[in-house]
Parts: sequence; C-alpha cells; structure tokens
Amino acid sequence: MKKLLKTFYPALLVVALYIAVTLLRSVGILNGYYIQVMMFAGINIMMTASLNLVNGFTGQFCIGHAGFMSLGAYGAAIVTTMLFKNVPAFAQIPVFLLGLFVGGCVAALIGALIGLPSLKLKGDYLAIVTLAFGEIVRAILRLIQPIGGARGMIGIPNYANLAWILFFMTLTLYLLRNLIYSPYGRAFIAIRDNEIAADAMGIDTTRYKITSFCIAAFIAGVAGGLYAHVLAFIQPDSFSFTKSSDFLVYLYAGGSGSLTGSILGAALLTVLPEILRFLTDWRLAVYAAILVIVMLYRSEGLCGGKELPFMRISRAALYEKPLFGGRKKDSAVSGKQ
Amino acid sequence: MATILQYLVYGLQLGSVYALLALGYTMVYGIVGMINFAHGDFLMIGAMGTYFIAKLFEGQRIDGTYPMLIVGVIILIAMLGTGGIAVGTEAIAYRPLRNKPRMIALITAVGVSMFLENFPRALPFIGPNPRSFPTLFTPTSFLVLGASITSTQIIMILLAAITMAALYFVVNRTKIGGQMRAVSMDKDAASLMGINVNRVISITFFIGGALAAVSGICYASAYPQVDVYMGSWLGNMSFVAAVLGGIGDIRGAMLGGFILGIAQIFATAINSTFGYAVGFIILIIILLVKPAGIMGKLVVEKV
Repeated sequence: MKKLLKTFYPALLVVALYIAVTLLRSVGILNGYYIQVMMFAGINIMMTASLNLVNGFTGQFCIGHAGFMSLGAYGAAIVTTMLFKNVPAFAQIPVFLLGLFVGGCVAALIGALIGLPSLKLKGDYLAIVTLAFGEIVRAILRLIQPIGGARGMIGIPNYANLAWILFFMTLTLYLLRNLIYSPYGRAFIAIRDNEIAADAMGIDTTRYKITSFCIAAFIAGVAGGLYAHVLAFIQPDSFSFTKSSDFLVYLYAGGSGSLTGSILGAALLTVLPEILRFLTDWRLAVYAAILVIVMLYRSEGLCGGKELPFMRISRAALYEKPLFGGRKKDSAVSGKQ
Repeated sequence: MATILQYLVYGLQLGSVYALLALGYTMVYGIVGMINFAHGDFLMIGAMGTYFIAKLFEGQRIDGTYPMLIVGVIILIAMLGTGGIAVGTEAIAYRPLRNKPRMIALITAVGVSMFLENFPRALPFIGPNPRSFPTLFTPTSFLVLGASITSTQIIMILLAAITMAALYFVVNRTKIGGQMRAVSMDKDAASLMGINVNRVISITFFIGGALAAVSGICYASAYPQVDVYMGSWLGNMSFVAAVLGGIGDIRGAMLGGFILGIAQIFATAINSTFGYAVGFIILIIILLVKPAGIMGKLVVEKV
C-alpha cells in the first residue's frame, strides 16, 4: 500500500488539482479563460518535456519542434473532422483517442524519416535542419487544399477538455521519467555527456538518437492533437518557428535536463504573458526583458538540472521489486547498456 | 529570355540583402561560436532608423528624393547607429554568457530578438503599423535585353558588392582582420598573444550591425515598407543562407545569400509558398551531400 502510494502520489496531486479547479469553477471563481490558460499550460508542458528528452537528455539540438506538433494536430484533426464526422456521442471518445494516436504516429514516422539522414549531422547543422524541417512542413500544409491550405481547418470538434489534457500530461511525465531512469535513458544521457565515449562503450548512438527523436515526436504529435481539439481551429502559420522557439524558451528557462524544470518553465511562462496583460502594449517587451534577465542571472534555468522528489526515482527504488511484474529490475542498475 | 534576366536581377537584389545579413551571422558564429537569432532585428533597426533619419532630413528633399550627399549621410548614420546598438546588445546580453553553454546564449538571443521587436512596437511613435519607406534615389529604368532594370536596383546591388568587398579586404588585409581571424581560431591563445578579445568581438558585432543596416536599406528600397517584425523571417532566411554556404566562412555567406535569393525569386514565380520553402529544401539537400555547407570544412572531433 505504501509503495502504491509512493508511485502514484504525483498522479493523485494532479487529480486533486483537477478537483480543486472544478470546484472553484462551479463556485464561479475561475472562468473559462483561466481554464483555457491551464489547458494551454498542460499542452506546453507536454511539448517542453518531450523537447527536453531530445535537447536536455540526449544532447541533440532540435529547434523545429512545432513541426511535429503541427503534424499531430493535422493528423488528429483529419481523423475526427473528416474520416469520422458527426459520430454518435458514445463513439466520440474512441474517435478522439484514435485521432490522437494517429497524430502521434504520423509525427513519429516523419520524425524517423527526417531523423535517419539528419542525425548524422552534428550540433548546429542538425539544429538548422530541424528548423528547415519545421518550415517545410508548414509550407506543405499551406499547399494542400483539401485540409484548408493556408486558411487552416475549421470545425474541429471540441473533444479535449482539462481532464483529458491533465491525463495525457501526467501520462507523458510518468513515461518520460521512467524512460530516463531506464537503460535507454542512461544511454541517452551518455550520448549527451560524451558522444564519442558512449560510442566507444558500445552504444549504438544513431539508433538511440533516433529513438529519442521518435518518442519526442510522438508526444509532440499527441500534444498537437490535443491543441487542435481545444482550439477547434488550426492553421499552418500557428506552428511557425516562433512557436518552436517558445518551447525552447520554456525548456531552457526552466532548466534543461530536468523534467521538473520543464513543468515549471512551461507553466510559469505560459501564465506570465497572461498576468502581464494589464501592461497592454508593453506586455511582450516586458516578457522578453524578464526572460533575458532570468537567462543572465540564472543561466542554468530555474531548476538547473535538479528534480523535485516526485520526478526522480531514487537509487534504492531501482533495486526494489517492481510494483507490477515479478521480474527484478536488475538490468536497470547493472548498467547493461 | 527577358523574363529570366528580369528574375535574375530581382534575385541578385534579394540575394544581396540575404548575403549582407548572412555575413553578420557568419562572422559572429565564426568568432564567438553562437547563433545570434537577434541579428535579423538589426536589419529592422537599420531600416526603421533610416526611415526616421530620412524624416529628419525632410527639408533637404527635392522632388520627393534626396540629394546624393544627404543619402550618403543618412546611410552612414544608420550604419553607425545600428552598429552601436549591436555592440550594446553584445555587451549587455551576450558577454556575461560567453563561457556558458552555447544553448544558453542562443535562448538569450531569442529573448533579445523578442525584446528588439516588441520594445519599438510598444513605443508610441513607432507602433505596430507598417510605414512606407521613403524613396532615397530617383528611380530611372533601363531596358536591357527586354528586361527593365531600375537605377535603384543597380545602386543597391553595387552598394552590397562594395560593402562585401570592403569587408573581405578588412578581414584579410588589415590588422584588426588578422586579430579577428586569430580570435576565431583560438580565443585563449589569441588573448595570450596580447589581442584584446572583448574589443575584437565588439568590432565584429559593430561590423555585423552596420552590414545589417545596409541590408535593411537595400530591402526597404526594393519592398518599400518597414514594420517591427520584418527582421524575423529575413533573419531566418539569411541564417539558412549562412549555413548553406558553410557557417563561419565569409565567402560562403555571400555565395549562400545569392544562391538563396535567386532560387527564391525563380521559385516564387511558380508558387509563392514554394518560393518560401525552396530555400529550406536546397539547404537540406546540400547538407545531406556536404554536411558542413558549400564552403565549410568538416572538423573531425579529436578525443
């Protein structure tokens, strides 16, 4: 029982947050606008955490993450808006989930396609290829008329709500945390710390880099699907380089290499521009100034590579018998990879 | 034939804008090793500054254009001003982060870029609305082999060519150029040889800013509209041009800029969205064949 609680108390925190928000909403303290900001914060946390897997833990440099988001958004929207239009109420949730899954798969597939040749490039050259990828995706989406071209897609059903977003956000964070503490995760971190040494230790660096890229692309695709079903409207230009750089900013302001940092960075920096709304025209200038000052005085980001307890698996816990499945996770500590 | 020549001239004009801006990216990258995402905004500051300086010289206007001397003065002030802002940006935002991981400097550059776009936007006398750029030269058109070429186009392409030649001379033939090359090879060793690294970096940013201002004037003369966001996508395209040519290499930046400009104009003739994407497509193809760009040399990492 104690162990069960230990594993699931972060999820319980999210459930508590949801109940609190619902209560405050019914009392009338929170209105739809706050709920929408929270939904975007949840989506941004998913995007930032997945970007963290590539940039923060695998040490690659992807600056076109919004491209994967747009693929997921369009993939999901095509499923729910075009393939399964006007489904009865009981079928809405399966269609929605199918849409998100398809969106994630499209993003992961394209991620693998772009990753295969380009992950041979290093550092800044990889960065520029991912930027180019994001812009090419945007240009192609603008050219396809059946999905609205540059005008975008309208009339996407409003399936996503705060509960779904919190659910997928929690799932993402669990998945990423467990991944990072798995043999895969250690391989990623080894590549980040020293690629040549990792290669010499027998890690197939290209394979792990592509794996990391694909997982991140999948999560970004799902987040994009959620985004499409919150806004009910998507257009290629919402996923421009500006959007990608937003996620980079959340990631590095929160602290790369720390999932807690991604949560904090994405949540705070999504809310901050909304808080600054009273500044009207000066809002974005002040936001940018705050960002530069944070980077100058706390360059390692708010969390600086550290994790709060619930985003960390202690060494002792790795030796323990796992909660599900009888096999002891000794491969997780003996460093098989 | 005439159409092709016409597009070629447009391509050269756009290419000179990209080349001048790409030079700034490539020099900063070569010397400091960071991607300065705010560089495109220096172009905006140059063009915006020229607009306001030209307003100051309103009284000197004859028949809607300015005398040659005044134009020279306007361009010179814009170059000095933008160079100064670039030096200030480096001193405030980038210098404290020089020994930190490069991503940190890059994110700061994204923040600086947001600031440089949104601060003027919030200023009451600039604001978000586009303004029409004054005509600095009286355009006279010539017919060459059936293509119509204006004097503005010729002057702008010449101005870009002269600036680039001057830069090439400065970097390869002068003392400060030698210092720049030394710093780009090894900052610490250069410092031990008595080179003031901070000064060299400041001068690099100054030159980059001044070139961005010329590039902004070229762009705004061709497409006479200035607004606070004009720098961001031009900056991205020029960054692509710099990488295409091999980032860190001055000849590569010029070559990349012209390739990109010409390709973009020809592709836009087919479809405007394709025109936007063609630069990125060329980039990916070239990087897959030559992973360090056209002129770049691949550095093998030693253990």
